[in-house]
Amino acid sequence: MTASTPNSGPVALPVTDFAVPGMRCAGCISKLENGLALQPGIANARVNFTAKRVAITHLPELTTPQLLAAIADTGFEAQLINDALGDSAGGEAQHLLKAMAVAGFAMMNIMLLSVSVWSGAAGVTRDLFHWLSALIALPTVFYSGQPFFRSACSALRKRRTNMDVPISIGVTITTALSLYETFTHGPHAYFDGVVMLLFFLLTGRWLDAVMRNRARDGVSALLKQTAAGAMVLQANGKTTWIDAKALVPDMVMLVAAGERLAADGVVIEGVSSFDLSLLTGEMTAQLVVVGSDVHAGTLNLDAPVQVRVTAAGLDTAIADIARLMEQASQGKSVYVRVADRAARFYAPAVHTLAALSFLGWMAAGAGWHESLLIAVAVLIITCPCALGLAVPAAQIVVAGALMKAGILVKDGSALERLAEVDMAMFDKTGTLTMGRPTPTNLADANGEQKAVLLALARASRHPLSESIRRGLEEKGVIAAKIEQIREVAGSGIFATDNGRAVSLGRPDMEISHEGLAAQLQIQGQPSFAVHFSDQMRPDAAATLAELKTLGLTSSIISGDRAESVAPIAQALGITAQTSMLPQDKLDAIARQKAAGHKVLMVGDGLNDGPALAAGHASIAPASASDAGQHAADVVFLGDALTPVAIAIRAARRTQHIVKQNFVLAIGYNLIAVPLAISGLVTPLVAAAAMSGSSLIVVANALRLKMAAK
Amino acid sequence: MTGLALLIPVALGLGLTGLAAFFWSLKNGQFDDADGAALRILIDDEDRP
Repeated sequence: MTASTPNSGPVALPVTDFAVPGMRCAGCISKLENGLALQPGIANARVNFTAKRVAITHLPELTTPQLLAAIADTGFEAQLINDALGDSAGGEAQHLLKAMAVAGFAMMNIMLLSVSVWSGAAGVTRDLFHWLSALIALPTVFYSGQPFFRSACSALRKRRTNMDVPISIGVTITTALSLYETFTHGPHAYFDGVVMLLFFLLTGRWLDAVMRNRARDGVSALLKQTAAGAMVLQANGKTTWIDAKALVPDMVMLVAAGERLAADGVVIEGVSSFDLSLLTGEMTAQLVVVGSDVHAGTLNLDAPVQVRVTAAGLDTAIADIARLMEQASQGKSVYVRVADRAARFYAPAVHTLAALSFLGWMAAGAGWHESLLIAVAVLIITCPCALGLAVPAAQIVVAGALMKAGILVKDGSALERLAEVDMAMFDKTGTLTMGRPTPTNLADANGEQKAVLLALARASRHPLSESIRRGLEEKGVIAAKIEQIREVAGSGIFATDNGRAVSLGRPDMEISHEGLAAQLQIQGQPSFAVHFSDQMRPDAAATLAELKTLGLTSSIISGDRAESVAPIAQALGITAQTSMLPQDKLDAIARQKAAGHKVLMVGDGLNDGPALAAGHASIAPASASDAGQHAADVVFLGDALTPVAIAIRAARRTQHIVKQNFVLAIGYNLIAVPLAISGLVTPLVAAAAMSGSSLIVVANALRLKMAAK
Repeated sequence: MTGLALLIPVALGLGLTGLAAFFWSLKNGQFDDADGAALRILIDDEDRP
């Protein structure tokens, strides 16, 4: 790359990360990387497509707005990533992957040696092979066993037991005994079994971690929605860019049209309209004048305003919702996953069984060495890999299938909880409806009107203009050439077209058609009114009917007014509660929870965030605010609502398969444990049984590949 | 037996090399952007005419 530093020595240039959600293809990567590298002051830009991020290495002089402008020049919208909420998420999966790689390597090499022992190597050769196996196995157990040892320790410290306790005890005792066998030239060493057990179990753990990470790139999501800072008017009349963290009450922010507010405040100069959809879910823009309260995260649509800060950072309304969300999600962490529930019964049983067989054989007159060997065989055969794989294998297969269908599942416990829901609550705007006003009568305009309409709509960032623009561009309309464009807050855009005054704005006559409308005026011609409506998702009714057959009762909880919710509720034939604040939605869910229901929350707005976090399970469309997506367990792409039903059906099927897998794993125990207790399990039998049962469980899980159909 | 003395270290050495290579690539960030790597092959590096 061409470094544009004057004396580019070993000085480390700052690197800033931006989220660029709009990148979709290879062309976007090269456009961003090459386009940014050409800009003055930028040394290098590197895109991470998976995380939809670009890391820019730049001169320290460049400020965040300048970098954002540079990205905008390449044609992309970007947001600064708050690095405070770091990337520790990927670390766990990577650690597990390393542990798994080591275990896999050790397993292959020890098997190589074991096969010759099984096929009859004796005497010095067998001893040598056992020593070599020990040499490989000991560091492996020490390194790869750590995730289990650590989790077992912390469980024991809390006087609880989980799956990791029998695993840790089994692994430790077996390794110690095998080492003893090697010292005393014994015939059987279980190094292969130990390492294989670790490998299969780590595979299960790793799959689980991968699944959790995959849909979790919006960790810093909520704070991303507020602006990362603001232009602040100084006492001497100059303006400077101040970071959101450094804003304090009584500063005066200059907020240009199209900017998001970085803090709560009061408007002290200017008239504009604000898009509050992030906070309330309501789509109609709200007019603000001097004295109006405005909140962080809302979007200034029309004209520049000056805002005196009243609350910043952790005191803003958006941060309140974040806190509410955090509290709500604490309830969810109480949920105990299926595997752990199974372990509660399983672990004590296994320990008792091993202890009993040790005591039994001692009583029967076998030496302590032989008795211990048998107890170890029982331990290693009863904590089979199959149990470790039973849940994650099924869940990762179904998550993959759902992902292909455009449904992203955050983690395995989400699938388990989703399978249990018996009641669904929907937000209206953006969930049952598309959440954007769509022009309904553009086809009625004549050619000239369309051309002028597009030209005017393109000049504004008002949501209605944007939807007109989208609608017309889809039809291939070419914009007229207009001049002297100016936007007047609250009334519209004015311009001239070949000397005629043209405008697009607030309708002056009473148009009662569903509320939303805009009026196009061309001098000397009759005006044309564009009507908008927020259309219902195409298959909302069918989906609700399907949920009914799945045994879920549905209702609407909306922050919107009753008049706009009623038609939708009537069309779908379900009950609705309206004008609800985020706290009200939380209460509604808490009431149902207290009545014994398991509520599925489906919502999209920031105002749904706490409710999404509180629901037993939750689903959000991909068009949702980042906060919504962050809080939801499942995010689906596309305009249709069917994924809600598909996800529930797939989750239930997964639970079914998971249960089958448990039955398979336990069935295998019923056969293997008597063998182990009677002292017939050699390392060869253990290895065969373990890999056999694991394969069966994985094969059973693969049947879920079609679950998303 | 002389064969074993040669072959076992060779087998272990190869395995360790693979393991080391995997660790190196993991640390080097080769798996950080799997989707992007698949797309980068499509980018034309030559200057457009």
